[in-house]
Amino acid sequence: MNWLLVVAGALIGAPLRYLTDRAVQARQGTAFPWGTLTVNVVGCLILGVVTGAVAAGAASPHTQLLLGTGLCGALTTYSTFSYETLRLAEEGAGFSAVANAVGSVAAGLGAAFVGVAVAEALWL
Amino acid sequence: MPRQDPRPAAVDAPMDPDVDLSVPAERGGLTRGQGGVLAAVSVGGAIGASARYAASLHWPVAPGGFPWATLAVNAVGCALIGVLMVLVTEVWTPHRLVRPFLGTGVLGGFTTFSTYTVDIERLLSGGYARTGLAYLALTLLAAVAAVWGAVRVTRRLTRRLTEGRGR
Repeated sequence: MNWLLVVAGALIGAPLRYLTDRAVQARQGTAFPWGTLTVNVVGCLILGVVTGAVAAGAASPHTQLLLGTGLCGALTTYSTFSYETLRLAEEGAGFSAVANAVGSVAAGLGAAFVGVAVAEALWL
Repeated sequence: MPRQDPRPAAVDAPMDPDVDLSVPAERGGLTRGQGGVLAAVSVGGAIGASARYAASLHWPVAPGGFPWATLAVNAVGCALIGVLMVLVTEVWTPHRLVRPFLGTGVLGGFTTFSTYTVDIERLLSGGYARTGLAYLALTLLAAVAAVWGAVRVTRRLTRRLTEGRGR
């Protein structure tokens, strides 16, 4: 059961990242990886809400597996984030590389805090 | 010399296997022939996420403890995408579903950004600031070092191989 929930969440989360990334990058003329930044920040926000809801007892551990481990885990990515950071550095866009690394972590962490705060405001 | 194209071609490579979306004429690729790619990404993502879940079950983290399993998963995934990207962009041209399946799907599903930041939030809010900040910095350093090292080593090894073949 637990495994099925993780698989079901990931089956949706991974193509959602792919489609979101393409939709965002299609509207950008820049080298900056806005698509990956978008999915990562949105995923951190959702996982923050889910984690806060489970901690408050408003959601079950099964929800955590489906939406957290499966969907948000597959929606967000560290491998593409680090590869795109390296590519920026290799292309000589050192400032963009550092901005992507620092900005992604700061925005993702901020989204996680906001998500947990929203869940606590709603269910605690 | 200044580049004419403001967007380096390979920057969006892992997500964008066949089409350069900065070229308006190629945006039709957003809707054309997407079924196979989406299926490959979806199945790959499920495989990667299952492997990450297995790692989290095998190395559970106590409340307030250092999330070693997630750090290891993310560092390994970053090293593997470094190897993969050198192979599929510099060594050979694989089937068009290989990169979406392995890169976007398996490795994207295996590694996670959301668990990383929410784990930090939990540690900071729970009074484990030192552990949280150490985890924040160590993961970032490990990820960047892993992808950089993997790209360099793979380039060196494949160059030796192709040179050997040429002789």
